[in-house]
Amino acid sequence: MPILIKGGRVIDPGRFVGMGDVLIDQGKIAAVGPNLSAHAGSTTIQVHGQLVLPGFVDLHVHFREPGFEYKETIQSGSAAAVAGGFTTVCCMPNTDPVNDNQAVTEFILERARLAGLANVFPVGAITKGSEGKELAEIGDLRRSGCVAISDDGKPVMNSLVMRRAMEYALAFDLTVVDHCEDLYLAEGGCMNEGLVSTELGLPGIPAAAEDVMVARNLFLSELTGARLHLAHISTAGSVRMVREAKARGIKVTAEACPHHFTLTEELVRGYNTHAKMNPPLRTWDDVHAIKEGLRDGTIDAIATDHAPHATQEKQQDFTEAPFGIVGLETAFSLTLGLVEEGVLSLEKAVEKLTSAPAAAFGLKKGTLAVGADADVVIVDQHEQWEVDPSKFRSKSRNTPFGGWKVKGRVKKTIVGGRVVFETSPAER
Amino acid sequence: MSLKRKDLLSLAPLSVDEITLILETADSFKEVTGREIKKVPALRGKTVVNLFFEPSTRTRTSFELAAKRLSADVINFSPSASSVVKGETLLDTARNIEAMQADIIVLRHSSAGAAETLAHGVKSSVINAGDGWHEHPTQALLDLYTIRQRGMGFEGLRVAIVGDVSHSRVARSNIYALTKLGADVRLVGPPTMMPWGVEKLGPKVYYNMDEGLRGVNVIMMLRLQLERQGRALFPTIREYARLYGLTAERVRLADPGAIVMHPGPINRGVEIAPDVADSLSSVILDQVANGVAVRMGILYLMSGAG
Repeated sequence: MPILIKGGRVIDPGRFVGMGDVLIDQGKIAAVGPNLSAHAGSTTIQVHGQLVLPGFVDLHVHFREPGFEYKETIQSGSAAAVAGGFTTVCCMPNTDPVNDNQAVTEFILERARLAGLANVFPVGAITKGSEGKELAEIGDLRRSGCVAISDDGKPVMNSLVMRRAMEYALAFDLTVVDHCEDLYLAEGGCMNEGLVSTELGLPGIPAAAEDVMVARNLFLSELTGARLHLAHISTAGSVRMVREAKARGIKVTAEACPHHFTLTEELVRGYNTHAKMNPPLRTWDDVHAIKEGLRDGTIDAIATDHAPHATQEKQQDFTEAPFGIVGLETAFSLTLGLVEEGVLSLEKAVEKLTSAPAAAFGLKKGTLAVGADADVVIVDQHEQWEVDPSKFRSKSRNTPFGGWKVKGRVKKTIVGGRVVFETSPAER
Repeated sequence: MSLKRKDLLSLAPLSVDEITLILETADSFKEVTGREIKKVPALRGKTVVNLFFEPSTRTRTSFELAAKRLSADVINFSPSASSVVKGETLLDTARNIEAMQADIIVLRHSSAGAAETLAHGVKSSVINAGDGWHEHPTQALLDLYTIRQRGMGFEGLRVAIVGDVSHSRVARSNIYALTKLGADVRLVGPPTMMPWGVEKLGPKVYYNMDEGLRGVNVIMMLRLQLERQGRALFPTIREYARLYGLTAERVRLADPGAIVMHPGPINRGVEIAPDVADSLSSVILDQVANGVAVRMGILYLMSGAG
């Protein structure tokens, strides 16, 4: 059934910004512009000046299925995604079994189809079992639907294997994603190495553990010509190197997570396990560098690294608790924080959640171009709300943002022309 | 005056008055430990649980003796004999103990922050008996007591802490307490064993032991964890001993009345030469003896009896 979204402030980065309507037909965008008239039999949604945006694209989520369904399933993760305005998510392969073969990829796609909410695009493993030794069947992964490859969480330490993976990926025009962490330098660390780790007596992960791998990957990308995407960069050093690499024409893109441009290592005090993630929260200098990287385009995309963990896991003592926080249902509001601060224009902020991440993986998503899949999100930019983890659609509650008062609320999410999320009356 | 705290987790937040109160309370119990009948009824009817997730003979025995001399009932709980191996979390274990009406839980754990995590979850008082590399407050308090017993004041006192500061909870607690009390704290050891930015907490760092010891009043040696060899922190025990071992010759660089301390157990011939450990300037066994009195004082104050 056709849908006419009427009276919105439409932001389609680089294409259309202004008051207008969006017409959806047959699951595709049929028209964008002022004063569109409804087709016969279409539903009209009056949005009264709310923002109408392409559905958000998250390059980095962990949906835990198969293997860790007690943390999240593809169903619950997709529900969290659309509640946060994300219509497309790329799920990392560190499940059990690892997504290093066609069977797992097909399983994920089938679960996503059954969930029927967001577009879930699997990221395949670089190496078998993500063990960093032998290449996974990357051609098969691509053919069965993987949109990129990564050994996320278990970075490929062997530089020769990484070089070969980058070369091999060229044959399939696949982006190679790396979680940049030198596991020797990071050994045993559970927070940023610095004055806070010294005071708390916690083993630290130095910024250099990320920096040296960013440097390695940039050189390997230069050597091979492969398209490189750097996941969740968190240090001033990474930003500096990516900026310089882009200036030299290296095919690199980078993402940053809301927690890395919002929080610092200070939050770990009191051994707060909701402040434990990898890469760890860093210093104010790093936060400023990340913001500057977002502002000047060094960092292309905002991704959540949505990493659900069960309550009992985060209740363990700090060194035992697993790394990671959920992010899908808070990312948009935290990104709007950058607009309030004047770091990004609203259009740029939207771009970093839509067309820029889509371009990094070569996805035909994140746009309201005529003929594109009708993935649309309607948000109230000004509505204030309090983050209440007990209301999350995600199965997990591990967020450091509980109780935060934030601005910007997702009102309606449309995927393929179908409304898949609406703020419930109680939340209006 | 009493200690208005439910728990003793760290010396970092303690005031000078609170530290002084603990040391003065220990004084009155020191007298008890010298009597023929070394027992007072102060904690009769109270239950103290020693919850030790890491092997420890000296600290656990010291706490046990302290609690028994105060007439408390003492239970020793160690992981091998408990349900930890069955996957129970620290908090659940502690809540079970609490359900048995434990008044004070003394916790030793290999993870920094374990005592704080526990303290938030239970109503019983928690005393940190060492958490990872973080703090070992009762050890530092007994060190302070021993220094004070020798008639030394803290203001301007020159103290060298020598060894693996990075991995030492004893060092952190002593740094916090001694700096607060106005002492001039020096840290001596190889750069690989100094935690990031530690000088921002107050102490001065020396990589050369001879320079670091010059004119100090107190030499506090840290135990070298021999298993750390092979992890690129130092090349060999031989070289470590040569560079950072305390010999009689090096003691002579310090103030003539300087005392030598060590939290134990000592590696004779590694961080400390046998003749130094057994010398008149060594107060290592005084530390052990004072440990019981100081812990009696702490248990007494934490029990609310104060």
